[in-house]
Amino acid sequence: MNIVIIGNGITGVTCARFIRKQSDHKITIISAETDYFFSRTALMYIYMGHMKFKNTMPYENWFWEKNRINLKRAFVNNVDTVNKELHLDSGEKMSYDKLVLATGSKPNKFGWPGQDLKGVQGLYSYQDLQLLEKNTATLPKRAVIVGGGLIGIELAEMLHSRHIPVTLLVRESSFWNNVLPDGESAMINRHIIEHGFDLRLGVNLGEIVSDENGRAKAVIIKETGEKIDCQLVGLTAGVSPNISFVKDSNIQTNRGILVNKSQETNIPDVYAAGDCAEFHEPVAGRRPIEQVWYTGKIQGKVVADNICGKRTEYDPGHWFNSAKFLDIEYQTYGWVFPKLREGETDFYWEHKDGKKCLHFVWNKDTGKFIGLNVFGIRLRHEIFDRFLRDERDIDFVLTNLKSANFDPEFYAQHEKEIVEKFNKKTGKNISLEKLSGLKAALAMLRGR
Amino acid sequence: MSEINDSLSLANPSPVQLNGSQKIALAITGIGLLLIFIAWFGGSAIQTTMFLWPSLALIFSGGLWYAFASYKGIPEGIKNNHVFFNSLSNRGALGWIAGIILTGFYVCLYWYPHLLGLSADGLTNTGLVQMFDPLSQLLKGKPASQWFVYGTLYTVAILIMGVKFILKYRHNMYQVVRTISVMFFQTAFAFLIPELLEGLNSEQAYFAKDMKNMWPLNYYFFEDWHLNNMLAGGNLGWFMLVLGILMILVISPTLTYFYGKRWYCSWVCGCGGLAETAGDPWRQLSDKSLKAWKLERWIIYSVLVLILFVTAFVLYTYFTGNANIGPLNSYDVRKWYGFFIGAAFSGVIGVGFYPILGSRVWCRFGCPMAAILGLQQKFFSRFRITTNGSQCISCGNCSTYCEMGIDVRHYAQKGQDIVRASCVGCGICAAVCPRGVLKLENGPQDSRKVIEISDGGIKVNT
Ligand SMILES: Cc1cc2nc3c(=O)[nH]c(=O)nc-3n(C[C@H](O)[C@H](O)[C@H](O)COP(=O)(O)OP(=O)(O)OC[C@H]3O[C@@H](n4cnc5c(N)ncnc54)[C@H](O)[C@@H]3O)c2cc1C
Ligand code: SF4
Ligand code: SF4
Repeated sequence: MNIVIIGNGITGVTCARFIRKQSDHKITIISAETDYFFSRTALMYIYMGHMKFKNTMPYENWFWEKNRINLKRAFVNNVDTVNKELHLDSGEKMSYDKLVLATGSKPNKFGWPGQDLKGVQGLYSYQDLQLLEKNTATLPKRAVIVGGGLIGIELAEMLHSRHIPVTLLVRESSFWNNVLPDGESAMINRHIIEHGFDLRLGVNLGEIVSDENGRAKAVIIKETGEKIDCQLVGLTAGVSPNISFVKDSNIQTNRGILVNKSQETNIPDVYAAGDCAEFHEPVAGRRPIEQVWYTGKIQGKVVADNICGKRTEYDPGHWFNSAKFLDIEYQTYGWVFPKLREGETDFYWEHKDGKKCLHFVWNKDTGKFIGLNVFGIRLRHEIFDRFLRDERDIDFVLTNLKSANFDPEFYAQHEKEIVEKFNKKTGKNISLEKLSGLKAALAMLRGR
Repeated sequence: MSEINDSLSLANPSPVQLNGSQKIALAITGIGLLLIFIAWFGGSAIQTTMFLWPSLALIFSGGLWYAFASYKGIPEGIKNNHVFFNSLSNRGALGWIAGIILTGFYVCLYWYPHLLGLSADGLTNTGLVQMFDPLSQLLKGKPASQWFVYGTLYTVAILIMGVKFILKYRHNMYQVVRTISVMFFQTAFAFLIPELLEGLNSEQAYFAKDMKNMWPLNYYFFEDWHLNNMLAGGNLGWFMLVLGILMILVISPTLTYFYGKRWYCSWVCGCGGLAETAGDPWRQLSDKSLKAWKLERWIIYSVLVLILFVTAFVLYTYFTGNANIGPLNSYDVRKWYGFFIGAAFSGVIGVGFYPILGSRVWCRFGCPMAAILGLQQKFFSRFRITTNGSQCISCGNCSTYCEMGIDVRHYAQKGQDIVRASCVGCGICAAVCPRGVLKLENGPQDSRKVIEISDGGIKVNT
């Protein structure tokens, strides 16, 4: 069987790897971006000089030949599902028996005046990084970043590392406040300011002003009309599925390519996965389009299983994610919404240094643990996954908090203080399980 | 895209951004170093002893000042900006110059000590060696040797760069404690105690007094002259002999069982101590390819076999008085080992090539001690690096900054525990990981690899 995968990101590559593990099918990965798979999540580190491009490639170049995965550098203009053919930008046609669409995302542009000027760009692809190098070759006196999400803060950190002053325009009244509750969000505000960024909250981009050469020279804030001079504008107001090349085909799309839980599109033998896929029926509690690394990985594997004859559905387990805001690491397990939902209650603890916090959410009536945000402390994924799967209540979670600690050895431990504060706030009398570290984790995972 | 600078950077991304304070500090250090170079190359006419204290004072104060000035007022966190843009840390011109100077120093040290000013009669040194006479007289009442100069500079490097490292990683207690440990073991165990003991026992013939420098890193431990000198060395000699053997047979296996080889390689050992402090700017230069790993296993285990053979042969000679087996002579064999492995590999390549090959070349490819500890770590130890569920985003920071060239990401992205013979437990992979994926842990040996996530979900193998 001849399997063609469009997109050499984490989704396409995971799919190819698992097809190869299970079969001898012919596999070809097409990508317009780079010859070899690299880690998109590491783009920032190349720009900051932490790594070279080569370091971001998870597999050495011999890997592909050894695993008989053909790599093709091309852009797919069209998909002809009737003749099972792809039309490449070179004019070449390529036929397939099974097709996997794993084409990822592209940065959002919301029709701002001036959004296509020179010196205005998003950050998603390798080409975007090259463009950023070009746009910052003569160090701009100021850069303005529009959009306060995860990529926005990364771009800000990148520019900061090159000593370029940064203004961040954030629509919400506090950083990432559409995802983070107030406490966490305020902590990140402070941290951003500590790093010397000019953080503007509760403002929108009005327009980008051009100079005589069609290059951005300033932005105007919608609310205040204030003009901020700058030579670079970063647009980081989210991403959306990169699917324009299927618009003319009979593959059904909405915002993304529509799929069922087996990642199948409306056309037989055509699958979609990763950032570009949209579920008709999302997994309970999750969004129809998931734009994170590990979901791409899981979905890529689901496609591989289905192609290889093992019927599988997307079942990602409990929600988790992680990120890093400048120097503060963030992890989340289960669901914590910016505002408590009906029937939920919470407990927020913040360390006195203002750089660590935990935020627990549970059901007011049953006590069932619902989710946790944690900043500045590392927790063990497996343990929180187990708490959620076993539907533990909040008392159990706090009692066994030490078993989840994943900070390096010799770090100060805060569980005692956290539980004391929790008891004080809730009037409960939880006593912390003494056992800690790997021993405690193993006991928990093995079910004592 | 070229191999050397595929950082994509068009601008000079690292215009030298030293602040005023850093510049003054560097200038002070530079003058201190200049005194060393003047002593070294200034010709035998100069009386260099008076350079010692000013030079050390300038190097210490300038070096420490520079370290503080570098991180002052900057929030705690990972400080790897510009590592791959910097000529010194990315095999640029400065890197090569540093490599050549270091290599030149080692070549002189091992084979041409008179170029450093060592006198032929052991009485009246000149040049660089003479410069260190006052300190040597103070500690042991003897003029300096090239080894004393080396030991002093080595200790100074670990202390100053150790402080810098601590400031760089001040948010990470594991790094802080570990670095204090290597600084302590170098200063006390490798430098002060042996030199003072040497002074107190100056009538005795030489034997090694660095209690932590065990066989086979100390390859001459079982050579006849060394055994004889220890046996003739009174209580201290006997103590060093018994301790040396206990280290090999009891202390090291026990500690390695409980904590992995890190108890030695990144907490105690002098070679490790230098690599972790002075060598830190170059840790990212280690080769992560599978090819390098294969080469590593061939070379390091060959060296291990070699030293086992040499030592067995040497002991055979010691007990039988017979120096020859067939065409091989045990005195020749040990001399070759000393030349090729003891000097050329561990010194010249091991440290001289820091700026080119990375800071742990000797530890990774050559050290027979690391080979033994590594085998035990792999097959009989409670140590492992645990990976945190499915949180890895395959960014590659861990692999990049692993000085041992371990492709940490390879395991992390599969959710596998890392159990590798070569891991020295420096903990930097865990420190630089932006997603909190890695943790150095000790636990029941059968729990290594117990938690496995596949791309589908988490599985616990009980
Ligand atoms: C800067 C940045 C940081 C991020 N950090 C994180 C993080 O910390 N954690 C996290 O979970 N997620 C993060 N993400 C999101 C994560 O990277 C994506 O969810 C993930 O990469 C999506 O993988 P994918 O394989 O589905 O798509 P992609 O990685 O986008 O791969 C799609 C590939 O298909 C190619 N392609 C598209 N159309 C065509 C065509 N018509 N013809 C040929 N080739 C085509 C594209 O060029 C691209 O190479 C980050 C994203 C960015 C941009
Ligand atoms: S794997 Fe991690 S702890 Fe081990 S040597 Fe490499 S960086 Fe250090
Ligand atoms: S540094 Fe962390 S997230 Fe990045 S590849 Fe290594 S383990 Fe994964």
